Amino acid sequence: MNKRTLIFIAVALLAACALPLVVSNYRVFQFTLVLVYAIALLGLNLLTGYNGQISLGHGAFYAIGAYCAAILMDKFGVPYWATLLAAGALCLVVGFLFGLPALRLEGLYLALATFALGVSMPQLLKYHHLEKWTGGVQGVVIVKPNPPFGLPLNPDQWLYYFTLAVMIVMFVFAWNLLRGRVGRALIAIRDHHTAAEAMGVNTALYKSLTFGVSAMYTGIAGALGAIAIQFVAPDSFNIFLSITFLVGIVIGGLASIPGAIYGALFIQFVPNIADEISKAAPWAIFGIFLLGFVYVMPFGVAGAIRLLMARIARKAKNGPHTAGAPMAGKTQDSSHTAG
Amino acid sequence: MKRTFAPVTLIVAAALAASPVLAQKKYDPGASDKEIKIGNINPYSGPASAYGTIGKSIGAYFKKINDDGGVNGRKINYISYDDGYSPPKAVEMARKLVEQDEVLLIFQPLGTPSNSAIQKYMNAKKVPQLFVATGATKWNDPKNFPWTMGWQPNYQTEGYIYAQHILKNTPNAKIGVLYQNDDYGKDYLKGFKDGLGAKTNMIVKEVSYEVTDPTVDSQMVQLQSSGADTFFNITTPKFAAMAIRKAYDSGWKPAHYLNNVSASPGSVLVPAGLDKSVGLISTQYLKDPTDKAWANDPAVLDWNAFMKKYYPDGNLADASNFYGWAVAQTLVQVLKQSGDNLTRENVMKQAASLKDFVLSAALPGIKINTSATDFAPFESVQLIRFDGKQWVRFGEVMGK
Amino acid sequence: MDAFIHQVLAGLATGGIYASVALALVMIYQATHHVNFAQGELAMFCTYLAWSLINAGFAYWPAFLITVGLAFVLGVVIERVVVRPVENSPVLAVVVVFIALLVIFNSIAGWIYSYTIKTFPSPFPAEPFFGNKYMSSHEIGAIGVTLVVLLLLYAFFRFTPLGLAMRAAAQNPASARLVGIRVGWMLALGWGLAAAIGAVAGMMVAPIVFLDPNMMGGILLYAFAAALVGGVDSPGGAVFGGFLVGVLENVLGAFVIGNELKLAVALVLIIGVLVVKPTGFFGKVHVTRV
Repeated sequence: MNKRTLIFIAVALLAACALPLVVSNYRVFQFTLVLVYAIALLGLNLLTGYNGQISLGHGAFYAIGAYCAAILMDKFGVPYWATLLAAGALCLVVGFLFGLPALRLEGLYLALATFALGVSMPQLLKYHHLEKWTGGVQGVVIVKPNPPFGLPLNPDQWLYYFTLAVMIVMFVFAWNLLRGRVGRALIAIRDHHTAAEAMGVNTALYKSLTFGVSAMYTGIAGALGAIAIQFVAPDSFNIFLSITFLVGIVIGGLASIPGAIYGALFIQFVPNIADEISKAAPWAIFGIFLLGFVYVMPFGVAGAIRLLMARIARKAKNGPHTAGAPMAGKTQDSSHTAG
Repeated sequence: MKRTFAPVTLIVAAALAASPVLAQKKYDPGASDKEIKIGNINPYSGPASAYGTIGKSIGAYFKKINDDGGVNGRKINYISYDDGYSPPKAVEMARKLVEQDEVLLIFQPLGTPSNSAIQKYMNAKKVPQLFVATGATKWNDPKNFPWTMGWQPNYQTEGYIYAQHILKNTPNAKIGVLYQNDDYGKDYLKGFKDGLGAKTNMIVKEVSYEVTDPTVDSQMVQLQSSGADTFFNITTPKFAAMAIRKAYDSGWKPAHYLNNVSASPGSVLVPAGLDKSVGLISTQYLKDPTDKAWANDPAVLDWNAFMKKYYPDGNLADASNFYGWAVAQTLVQVLKQSGDNLTRENVMKQAASLKDFVLSAALPGIKINTSATDFAPFESVQLIRFDGKQWVRFGEVMGK
Repeated sequence: MDAFIHQVLAGLATGGIYASVALALVMIYQATHHVNFAQGELAMFCTYLAWSLINAGFAYWPAFLITVGLAFVLGVVIERVVVRPVENSPVLAVVVVFIALLVIFNSIAGWIYSYTIKTFPSPFPAEPFFGNKYMSSHEIGAIGVTLVVLLLLYAFFRFTPLGLAMRAAAQNPASARLVGIRVGWMLALGWGLAAAIGAVAGMMVAPIVFLDPNMMGGILLYAFAAALVGGVDSPGGAVFGGFLVGVLENVLGAFVIGNELKLAVALVLIIGVLVVKPTGFFGKVHVTRV
């Protein structure tokens, strides 16, 4: 990572920390949701963007994490931060177990299997034998935690900072994971499964583990989301949530860590913008936004930024007076180095 | 002579102090000399989008009120947001209304899940969650949630009434129930079972369906196969129409109790087939604007004129538009009663002080009553039976 | 036993619905190798167009034919205008385009026609055949229509040069171009035909489930499962899959697991089938060379 990227990240972090101090509580709440979705999208991106396994059912893992947090806080009085660990662990296991039989399925068929998971989730959560825990159709109400150590923050601001801290930890962890052997193995499996297998990559293990880790991320996001909204109900976690997540990573940028943040901003704010543009058919406007983004930036916002940076870098390298003629620029360059 | 001044001054001073006319105007955020900001959350998209027309009809009514001069000289500024029937979105919109738009109160938020999600927040923030658009029983809890109030007769009461009717008229009935697998369906079922009391074993089959199911044919076949001769139909309009039609087509002719939510001839019975709907029993608390019996009723004529002028796109066969008109009138009454004291506390107080308030839209004999311990405005209903052309009232007004 | 037969027949009736939509999904897959998630909403929208025509005074069959024609044109236009720009983009970007179409059509239908349910007429008689209590004439008729469409489709792909060209364009665009096939127009044609089949499905489904903008949502899921379990490149498999899913769902719900979990269990079973036989019952096994 070069110096320019580090500076960007530092500035972004500074802005993120300053945010709650300058905007209203309502906006802080919205941005907390953006951070939550960013973690969820990173999870999905690990699986779909980096590892090529399509999941149309990640809303289910989000739901499991949310309910885990809600039940632990409401029925067992577990402190909110501990529920994240529980939600993450549970989803890691569930994700891994789901990933195992899914190994046999490719592309469309995996999509269907995950789609089935996403669609069945509300029914499972409403199942009357589980009602004692899940609250059935009534859902579970939870209380927002107060800032610890008597910090001079209100609960909204505290939750924002807490979520930000969790997000940074998880993003760093993912970045570390992806830039080493594991990352290369995942991408190899995505791009050329058979070759990766031939090269000695244990594809079965990697694919299942990726499912698990991806579910873990989204589960932790679900737990944070539940704490932010203070309410969980089965029909909040329907198939449309899973589809929204998929849209988020494509718009944000597949196989990109900052893409998760762009995607989260998109899925949180664009529906609101669409609502303001047209009260009559807001989702049609949202659809048009989707089309626009995909046409202009087929590789997502992150992809577009990458292309833009590359173009700027190329222009800078070639110098201003050779902007239109790369060949000429090349010879000029080589003549420079030669002379 | 000096002595007479003092008592006069005292009397005048006392009169001034006691006179409410000269009392201070009191405003909470959202209220001012010029306007009253009213917030609303409705499902304009998503699975419950059919009910979005309620939010629109309410908006149309407020426009009429504004055209007629407003409430006590103040215009109503109506801000309505879409939550897509999703609780997280409802929470977001509630926060937007309260914290960003600074409305005086949130009126008629729709849907049990959405209202459940925002109930704690509204009460913590001490903002009225007034006349919620759901029949769930939990909104009548002034002790724990003093800022939340329902409006329509609750589902459990209605279910209870059907059960009582069955016990009285067909005590040996074998009952089959079809219910939507969510809060609304389960609430009705609970009231129904409570009404049966010790005789819940009269229910021989209980089947559920999801809103995402394409048809309920399989469930109807299951009920028919169970040998039930009485059917309690807890479904929303689309599924109610399918159930009524399938029962008839399969040759199953049970005593058929239909929940009030789907009793609209225009939205349900006509698609099902009027000839297939003969004998249906339901309850009603408002007049049915599509019913020919009320064709010349002043309230219905009023409403038709209102729709034509202020909501011409609205469907005249959709009872939701009549409902929206009626509930909006209730809010206007509460605001009128609040006078110049437009604090949230006073608005709740006025809402809890409606004594025998008669809405022209309500059936004769059915009045709105609220008190500090009774946050359920409508508690009585009338049993009705469909004769193939219209709903006919029978029996007396039941409930409280 | 009577209850079981009744459930199976009811399952065949709903299965017929799934089969017809699954056919449209398979059609578009065979032509473009994409699963179009917007197929259901497109079908719903075309059914509303038919409704408008009938309301304007057209008789049923003329309205039916005009709608099928309009659907074909709409499908072609969408392919050329909306899908063309992302032809060379990653697969998931194309999926997002389909999702965008889904929400756009759903939202516009709701805006123009409102969300109250409407009745849609059926060309079949109102009385059930032979006075039977199990399936209405329309349900039987709809299955008949689906089978006719299936036969036409099969004949088209198997016996006509155009059908062959379309299959070639989908399976190997590069080679198809080399033999002179206009791949772009083959894709557009595929979309047009799929839209037309979808419109037929919509007009057969609407009398049963009533016409409203959300009518296809639940059905699409089942149709998707049906298409895959039957083999996504086999039209016959899609129809078989539709009936299988319909009957399975009903039998599970009535006799095995109850209505609350029948969807989950049905899907688990389908996935079980796919794990054992990854290309579905009648799908062709694709061998990809390294």
